[in-house]
Amino acid sequence: MDDIIQKLKEINLKGRGGANFPVGLKWELVKNAPGTKKYIICNGAEGEPGVLKDGYILEHYPEYVIGGIKCALDLFYNSEAYIYLNKNYFYRFADKLRKLIAKLPINVVKEKGGYLAGEETTLLESLEGDRLEPRLRPPYPTEQGLWSFPTLINNVETFYAVYLISQNKYEYKRFFTIRGEVKKRGNFELNENLTIKEVLKETANLPVKKFFVQVGGEASGEFLTMEEIDQPLKGTAAITVYDLEKTDKLKLLRQIAKFFLKEHCGKCLTCREGVYRLNEILNKRKPDLNKALVISEVLKETSFCGLGSGCGQAAYSLITKFLNAEI
Amino acid sequence: MAKVKIKINDQEFEVEEEKTILEVSRELNLDIPSLCSHPDLEVRANCRICMVEIKGQKSLTPACQTMVKDGLEIITDSERIKKARKTNLEFIRANHQKSCDTCLWKEDCQLKKLFEEYNITLSPYEKIRPNKKKKYQFGPVILDASKCIECRNCVEVCQNQGISFLEVNDYGSQISIKPSDNSYRDCTYCGQCVSHCPANALVMDTSSLKRVEKMLAAKKLIIIVQIAPSVRATLNEEFKIPYGKMTPEHIAGALKQLGFKYVFDTSTGADFTTFEEAKELIERLNQHKNLPMLTSCCPAWVKYVEFYRPELIPLLTTVRSPHIIMGGYLKTYWLKKQKINSKNIKVISIMPCLAKKYEIERPELRLKNGLKPVDEVLTVRELAILLKKKNIDLKEVAKAPLDALASGAGIIYGASGGVMESALRTAYYLMTQKEPPMVQFEAVRGIEGFKKARYQINQFNLKVAVVSGLNQAEKLIQDFKAKPNLYDYIEVMACPGGCIGGGGLPLPTNKEVRQKRASVLYQLDEKAKIRCSHNNPVLKEAYQDYFMDKKTTESVFHTHFQKKKKEGYKINKK
Repeated sequence: MDDIIQKLKEINLKGRGGANFPVGLKWELVKNAPGTKKYIICNGAEGEPGVLKDGYILEHYPEYVIGGIKCALDLFYNSEAYIYLNKNYFYRFADKLRKLIAKLPINVVKEKGGYLAGEETTLLESLEGDRLEPRLRPPYPTEQGLWSFPTLINNVETFYAVYLISQNKYEYKRFFTIRGEVKKRGNFELNENLTIKEVLKETANLPVKKFFVQVGGEASGEFLTMEEIDQPLKGTAAITVYDLEKTDKLKLLRQIAKFFLKEHCGKCLTCREGVYRLNEILNKRKPDLNKALVISEVLKETSFCGLGSGCGQAAYSLITKFLNAEI
Repeated sequence: MAKVKIKINDQEFEVEEEKTILEVSRELNLDIPSLCSHPDLEVRANCRICMVEIKGQKSLTPACQTMVKDGLEIITDSERIKKARKTNLEFIRANHQKSCDTCLWKEDCQLKKLFEEYNITLSPYEKIRPNKKKKYQFGPVILDASKCIECRNCVEVCQNQGISFLEVNDYGSQISIKPSDNSYRDCTYCGQCVSHCPANALVMDTSSLKRVEKMLAAKKLIIIVQIAPSVRATLNEEFKIPYGKMTPEHIAGALKQLGFKYVFDTSTGADFTTFEEAKELIERLNQHKNLPMLTSCCPAWVKYVEFYRPELIPLLTTVRSPHIIMGGYLKTYWLKKQKINSKNIKVISIMPCLAKKYEIERPELRLKNGLKPVDEVLTVRELAILLKKKNIDLKEVAKAPLDALASGAGIIYGASGGVMESALRTAYYLMTQKEPPMVQFEAVRGIEGFKKARYQINQFNLKVAVVSGLNQAEKLIQDFKAKPNLYDYIEVMACPGGCIGGGGLPLPTNKEVRQKRASVLYQLDEKAKIRCSHNNPVLKEAYQDYFMDKKTTESVFHTHFQKKKKEGYKINKK
């Protein structure tokens, strides 16, 4: 049974939720963690705007996802699994998934809470019925996760890839969501090492006019200039293309800030106050962008979880690259 | 503990493993500013002030959360760190726009210190965040939301006490800490939230301070002050005097300089409490009735029983708490002896406790002459404010004698286990007519939350338990509810370590500080001329001259309790 971990390590599969954590290592940590019971969570919260690949996989390859979860169920003694779906996916896919699950110990559950509930430790709080906030790490979920038992949390696409690897059918591909000012929007399964530019090219989406992109989602994703797209995608595989001339960048910044104001939890000082103050500044007719930049920077630097730093990253890259502000 | 080598600001150190960066830096006297971290509490890393750089890590890391390990290289004060800290501190300043000048707590204020260090004068933002304008009051506790940094130390201590009266409300920018609307939760006024708040958002009601100042200015009044046992082990902290160097006579000197005519010792009151309580214990043991007997000198514990566990009311000893007895003694017997008109006398208690402010308002404590035994309670922190305002430095003050003698047994009341030990010394005497072997009853000492012991006195095999912290009390309640004969006598103090961990004491409080405070009291007991309450001549004289019949004793030394409805909170919108 251990050979699945071996295979995952050989292929060097990285988690597809965005953090790129080595999957083989994570599975090994859970396997070796002491605990009378173990939990497996398939994260299908996919709350990041502009990322739709998990939904695409659940629609087209649900049996593969369940196959991947089954690999983990077989590997961990006395384990039970949850498929955690956002509300939309739950209504669309829960029935189909439950049919496929049949008698396997897999529960399909509907997400409680918004964007932040996709963050893995907040997801645990959500399943335990507590306040929706991230937990302190360590202890990591692999040691003490759901109900304090060792817990494996992987993204939908990761389980999909695990299944392919277990069947020796893995072709080093991943899913890319492409949106924005392009001809062919949608989800594409392509070679995982492609650069951003290559992805756009291969999907016949490379714009003729001047453009810029946001990669990793339309909220927390980093903004890149045309000159910066000769690099592979680091986090979640999503590319949104914007027209450089037509796009109202300040409006875009305001939208992003407003999104985080709605979704942040208030746990840590930086994100609670920073996101609020960022909005306060941006809501003025002529916002002080230098001040907004100082806040974006501290959000990036000292937020408790990825939500705050994501807001900081998006705002910081947008302001410095396209709104001409300096600290 | 194993040692590891780390570098802090390019300097090499060998430090203990299994500690956080913040802990080791504090031990090395390297200053990393932090707000929400508290040794009594879990790490939550909410305030984002103790951020440091760790070599090899991309973003800044909270020092409170990160364990040291071999080879770790840490920078604590780069420009990058300072900039991040400053922005975070400005966020705090933005919601807390009042001036520091008029704030009573400015000396204790960690925020003020950091604002000055980072040169933050005014808020760089316009508005106060939503839900930040409210001011809540529950009993003697005030929560000023505009100062709150939502670190949740208070929520955790309140939860640790088993109360959960303080709650996190709402999310994101609307988030606030507020008292609970749940009808099954009410504050016991233990004040632990006040002593664990890093921002002075939770403070005590200081209206009594103003009233006492007014009294001191009035010429006609004879103002008597009494000092609780723990005051002699804590007031020194406010004046940077080492433990054991400040005596009750120093405190008496300072108080007389403030204008108090007489200075009494609550420990003398404790001697009365002990004597009455020992008698009551023996009576209950003989009748095998209302056991285990529960102490009732901690007003937060009493409120806990009255609100959360009213079925236990018959188990509480009916003996009044030491300062209430002292006040009663002064306003009945002593006043008569001194030929003082009852209209002209006021009694002020200096206490470690917030709940004592609540206790003195209980109508059932009124004396036959209609007087309240105690008129005002000042906490040790309030007394320090008053002394500093009048430029009285305890380091330089002339000693003055106290106006009544107290026994060592009355002094150790300030530490968890002290009431029990005192009562056992006297119960032993009352049962055997012999002086007790002192060492025997030391098993109930120590600042741990739960202690138990067994004693054979005559025919009784006495089973006792001592707890501090209300959560510990609740566990004990469940134990003896399941097994009714488990204990005969139980001492409960709401605060960790007993009164020396009280909510009205100087900051900071932590295990080490509580340990030091307790040992001061035990040393004073060792040195005391009289170690047992029953040998205190003040007591003997009073019982001979005045407290001769049951009626008089009952009216000054005993009380009763009743089931309480939720007292809740008030809101003052600013």
